[in-house]
Amino acid sequence: MTDASYQPDTTRGSLTDASGALLAADGTPLKKKLRQALAVSRRRAFLLVAPLLLFILASFAIPILLLLVQGVKDNTFSSIMPETTSVLREWDSNSEPTEEMAAAVVMDLINAKKISRSLPTKVGTRVNREVSGAISLFKKTTRKAPKMKAPFLAELHKADKKWKDPAYWKAMKIASKTITPAYYAAAVDKKYLADGSFADQPEDRQIYVSLFVKTILVSGGVMLACVLLGFPVAYLLSHLPSRQANLLMILVLLPFWTSLLVRTTAWIAMLQSAGVLNDIFVWIGITSDDQRFSLIYNMTGTIIAMTHILLPFMILPIYSVMKAIPPSHVRAAKSLGATNWTAFWRVYFPATIPGIGAGGLLVFILAIGYYITPALVGGQDGQLISNFIAYHMQKSLNWSLAAALGGILLVLVLILYWLYDKIVGIDNMKLG
Amino acid sequence: MAGTDGSDEFVVFDQVQKSYDGETLVVKNLNLSIAQGEFLTMLGPSGSGKTTCLMMLAGFETSTHGEIRLAGKPINNIPPHKRGIGMVFQNYALFPHMTVAENLAFPLQVRKMSKAVTRDKVSKALDMVQMGEFGDRRPSQLSGGQQQRVALARALVFEPQLVLMDEPLGALDKQLREHMQYEIKHIHERLGVTVVYVTHDQSEALTMSDRIAVFDDGVIQQLAPPAVLYEKPENAFVASFIGENNKLRANIDSVSNGVASVTIDSGDKVQALAVNCGDTGNTMLSIRPERVLLSADAPNRLDGKVLELIYLGDHIRCRMAVAGHDEFIVKVPNSSDHAALNVGESCPIGWVTEDCRALDAA
Repeated sequence: MTDASYQPDTTRGSLTDASGALLAADGTPLKKKLRQALAVSRRRAFLLVAPLLLFILASFAIPILLLLVQGVKDNTFSSIMPETTSVLREWDSNSEPTEEMAAAVVMDLINAKKISRSLPTKVGTRVNREVSGAISLFKKTTRKAPKMKAPFLAELHKADKKWKDPAYWKAMKIASKTITPAYYAAAVDKKYLADGSFADQPEDRQIYVSLFVKTILVSGGVMLACVLLGFPVAYLLSHLPSRQANLLMILVLLPFWTSLLVRTTAWIAMLQSAGVLNDIFVWIGITSDDQRFSLIYNMTGTIIAMTHILLPFMILPIYSVMKAIPPSHVRAAKSLGATNWTAFWRVYFPATIPGIGAGGLLVFILAIGYYITPALVGGQDGQLISNFIAYHMQKSLNWSLAAALGGILLVLVLILYWLYDKIVGIDNMKLG
Repeated sequence: MAGTDGSDEFVVFDQVQKSYDGETLVVKNLNLSIAQGEFLTMLGPSGSGKTTCLMMLAGFETSTHGEIRLAGKPINNIPPHKRGIGMVFQNYALFPHMTVAENLAFPLQVRKMSKAVTRDKVSKALDMVQMGEFGDRRPSQLSGGQQQRVALARALVFEPQLVLMDEPLGALDKQLREHMQYEIKHIHERLGVTVVYVTHDQSEALTMSDRIAVFDDGVIQQLAPPAVLYEKPENAFVASFIGENNKLRANIDSVSNGVASVTIDSGDKVQALAVNCGDTGNTMLSIRPERVLLSADAPNRLDGKVLELIYLGDHIRCRMAVAGHDEFIVKVPNSSDHAALNVGESCPIGWVTEDCRALDAA
């Protein structure tokens, strides 16, 4: 090899275009070239997750979206009573009901009855949510409507004197709105009035706000109990030799593996007033035989059972964080002069916060929407907001109110998530 | 050397034994005195008990038997946080949720020093390791070498009399490691603290230490300054662990005036310095590759045959067959007058009697 055969190439550096952006060897911009090169792998990655994406869209995202829409949209009235809806839109809700309105009501009821006998009842049910007595009013009016002749207002008054009460007309105006804040208002114990303003529900019907507060408090309590009970267990788990740690881990996970009914039965056997726990209390003299604690079918039962079920969700993230803390950190703290407590509190504990945060958030969010456990062991006053959502879905069939309650719950969770991100930082979270 | 200033017994291990399972001793009857201001390195392969010794001194392990004294006082029953011993860990063990300055302030805060004093000492300690501008950074924002400096500053900031270092440079790359060795050595010289340093890297030990304790199998094999350890190993383990060594089995014929006349397995008769070999029986001859002479008129002549030559710039490494032994290494300096060696050729070798040591036949 001669010297001439090897010469450093000084003429060709990296190519750039007029704006100074780098060009690839064939003259296309480097960024574009890179995108092309990565496109194939990106497409493959997308295809891999596509089935799951579709499944989630179809079974989760779209239903939730529809539910949220349901909370503000109700076309029961406007679709069955189109004439009345358009006439009521003109009405200022303070003046006397007009002949035109009455005619529209009669026409709509006759038409609705022709399509299906159940339609007028549906309308009655809808109006009844705003003012009671509407179901019977609509039934009666529908029966007499075919024989009515003008003037319809007088005929209506003759058919049922409730029509003289402006409250029913106002209720119809509220019900006629397709997009309505009425359900969200109801979900926070407000009443949506015909003139567009809001008023408090009567005292005896204000239940949801206090229920939301109760749900949040119970969830917070359960979370706190889980931290207090779970932290020492996680600490023990992470410091045991792996054989014993595995055994203990199985015990921690046991609640996941037992059937819900078996668990519930076990709680009843343990907690009821003639149960094991109360027998022991009586036997060691904490309480007397005629003053046994009621530990189940009330709030106490709900909290005990929920803590039990949600405990693993707290232990696992804390455990995984503790596993990753090098033992040399605590040793370093001690060698620097810290007592056992100082070393724990100032060096070990801060390192576990991501785990506590993750576990706390997980437990809280699960608890806030918990349904089965309160339904089974909560009795009368151990019910949470989700039990009322379920009630409106299954019993009262007021899906829009259920959707509104669910929507508020969702917003609460999102706010919490946002708060957590602000305070702890979501990228600090370690789930395992 | 700092070890001669009178306070020869700053740290004392007195017949210390340690067992984890009650069946085997990890540390066997350790007796060791460390002088104030000394830089002592515990060197040995993994599992030799050196780290256990360090942990017993720090207070994280308790000795099964024996006493450890610090400045004359037994410390067996003193918890680690009251010993006032600084420690640098293998992976730095900086607290990730504190800034560099907070890490350094930690030992001062637990000692309830005032804020002004703390700030002053922290900035001085950071300046000492040339990290003055990094006080507000988190440990995760620093490179390995910088973290090491911070860990060092943290172990020194509360002015301990004794600093322990557990393979502190193990995670650094070669160049940085060598640089940090000098830095640690200079800090030690400047502050005059006593340092007990654990490593399995012999060049690290040779570079930094006043004295090196070579550990194997729970026993100190030799305790000596670096030069003595290299030049005058006392047994076969030390000879082979520190630096490179050629070993030849031999049988002792006679010993007179500290010189052993021996017969090598091949039948050749040579002489070596009698160090640790008794008067009869087997011995292990040990000679450094750079002390082998390639010359026909050298004393203790043997016949060798060149098997392999490796060019290493400043010297040429020559593998030879000598006395039936195929791994005999000779380092030939790359000087203008070195004999031109060729693979396959025979070449006489020899050594000065003082350079070859007759050791125990391990």
